This record gives sequence, structure tokens and C-alpha cells, in this order.
Amino acid sequence: MSEAVMTDTGDVLPGDADGVVADFAADKQTFHVPWGKAMMWFFLLSDTFIFGSFLTGYMTVRMSLRDAWPVPSEVFALSFGGEPIPLILIAIMTFVLISSSGTMAMAVNMGYRGDRNKAFWLMMATAAFGAMFVGMQAFEWTKLIVDEGVRPWGNPMGAAQFGSTFFMITGFHGLHVSAGVIYLIVVGRRVKSGFYERTRGNYEMVEIAGLYWHFVDLVWVFIFAFFYLW
Amino acid sequence: MAQESGQQHPLSIYFWIWGLLFVFSFFSYMVDYMNFQGALRWTLILVFMFLKAGFIVAIFMHLAWERLALKVVILGPPIALLVLVLLMAFEGDYTLATRIDFFGEGAAAPVHD
Repeated sequence: MSEAVMTDTGDVLPGDADGVVADFAADKQTFHVPWGKAMMWFFLLSDTFIFGSFLTGYMTVRMSLRDAWPVPSEVFALSFGGEPIPLILIAIMTFVLISSSGTMAMAVNMGYRGDRNKAFWLMMATAAFGAMFVGMQAFEWTKLIVDEGVRPWGNPMGAAQFGSTFFMITGFHGLHVSAGVIYLIVVGRRVKSGFYERTRGNYEMVEIAGLYWHFVDLVWVFIFAFFYLW
Repeated sequence: MAQESGQQHPLSIYFWIWGLLFVFSFFSYMVDYMNFQGALRWTLILVFMFLKAGFIVAIFMHLAWERLALKVVILGPPIALLVLVLLMAFEGDYTLATRIDFFGEGAAAPVHD
């Protein structure tokens, strides 16, 4: 097999079906991204299946119930002295997480511009928003467990399965956010110290951390829609 | 800027998407706040959800600028999840029908304390 036959077609056919065939069929690297980024995408794909299965399980349970499902709008209402506002804490949590996604996108951009300091501080802002989110979730769990008596095996508001699906799904998501906060702090410190500049000469690691963080926000979009709003 | 590693885009696009995400989130919260019910509620929830999810994946995660080979590998497999959802919807429906058959309609919620 001569060298000429095995030419890298990667840069010739980027966006159409021929490009897909060329990328997979040729005797060469398939994905034209840094390996770390490809691996993060595959990890996130597997995580999609985990959360997807959780949400599907929740759907199956909820569809097959005769008992009334507790009304999330009322369960998660919060009163600030006056009338309880429906779902307000969850709405604030959603806005906090979206804010964090924005600062993360900025951090990735600053990383590629080589602006170490700005990238670092934006990542710290993202981590702070994430920590705030987890704090509010802890508050929400406490309120549900202590004040309203929700347990994984039952609750006073309706179908017994509410607690188990709620704790499972939001708990697993909260765990992802917590891990993300630690991840961002670790990568952020290395950005600030110039570690990536010395060892790699680029800030792809910031984008990879960003992929994870945006995914956590993405999962929340689905949880918000299916668990809290439905 | 090599296409392989650089995902450098103007800041304005991030600000735009950021703003849109806030707007869509506000709207989906309003669906609950205004107490829309039935098909209208479910449609609005799904529309805002897919808009948000799409913008996050396409712009914030830069998938729109990746090569098609990566897009196919990332977006293809989740279709299997849709099949699972469909199968489980049949299953849930069947379980409910069976329960109603055997236990009757709308019994009080069982209490497990």
C-alpha cells in the first residue's frame, strides 16, 4: 500500500457524508479533535444514558400509577412572608446554573485568547455559582425531608414513588455539580499557575472542563422540564 | 487558527445565547406560574426544553463547529434512548391498565410510614 493512497482526507471533506466515511474508513485518527476532548465527549455520552435511563424509569413509574402524583408546583413553592410563590426556588436554581454556564463559556473563550487571569476568575465564578446551586439544593432537600416528611418510600402528598425518584435524580445531578465544582477549581488553579502554558502551550483543558460543566447544565434543563414542570 | 483545536468565536455570540437561555428559562417558569394545563403546557415545556438544550449543545459546547463525524457519534446513540422511552411508555400504560383492572380505579394513596 503506497503512502499516496493513505492520504489524510481529514481537511478536505469536513462536513458531508463523504467526510464521515473518510474519517472512519481511512487508516488514521478518526476524530480531528484533541484526544482529551473526544474522551470527554464519550464520557458525557455515557452519562447521557445514565440520566436518560433515570428519567425514563421515572416516566414509567409515574405513568403506571393510579395514585395522584404530588403537584411539584405546590411541593416546591416557597413563601417569603406572604403568599407561597410556586416553584420559586427551582426557578432561582435554574437561573444560577445558566449564569454559571455563561461564565464558563466566557472562561473557555478567554482561555483560547491566552488571557490566563480572566479565564481563572471566570472559572472561579462558575465554581461559585455551582456551589451556590448545591447549597440551594441542600436547602431544598432539608425542607422536603424535615418539614414535609418526604421519604424515598413515601410522603404525605401523594404517590409514594415521588420521593425515591426525586432523591435519585436530583441527588445524582447534585453529585455531578459538586464534582464539577472541584474539577473547575483544580483546572482553574492550573490555569492561573501557568501549568498548561508550560506543559501544553494551550488551554484545551479549559474547554474540556467547560464541556463537562455545560453538560451538567444540560441535564438540569431536562430535569427541570420533566420533574419540576411536568 | 487551526480548525482542529481552536474553538475561538466572537464573545457576542455567547452573550446572545446566554440571554436567550435566560429568556427561555423565564418562559418555561411562566408556563408553571400562569398555570397552563393539558396539551398547551406539555407542548410549551418541550419546546422551551429543546430550544435550551439545542443552544447549549450547539453553541456553548461548540458542537455546531465540530466535524460531522463527531456530531454523528455524539447525537446518534441517544436515539436508542428514544426507543427505550417509547417501549417504556407502552409498558407503563399496560401496567396502569392492569392495575386498574385488578385494583379498581383511583384508590387512595397507600401510606407507608
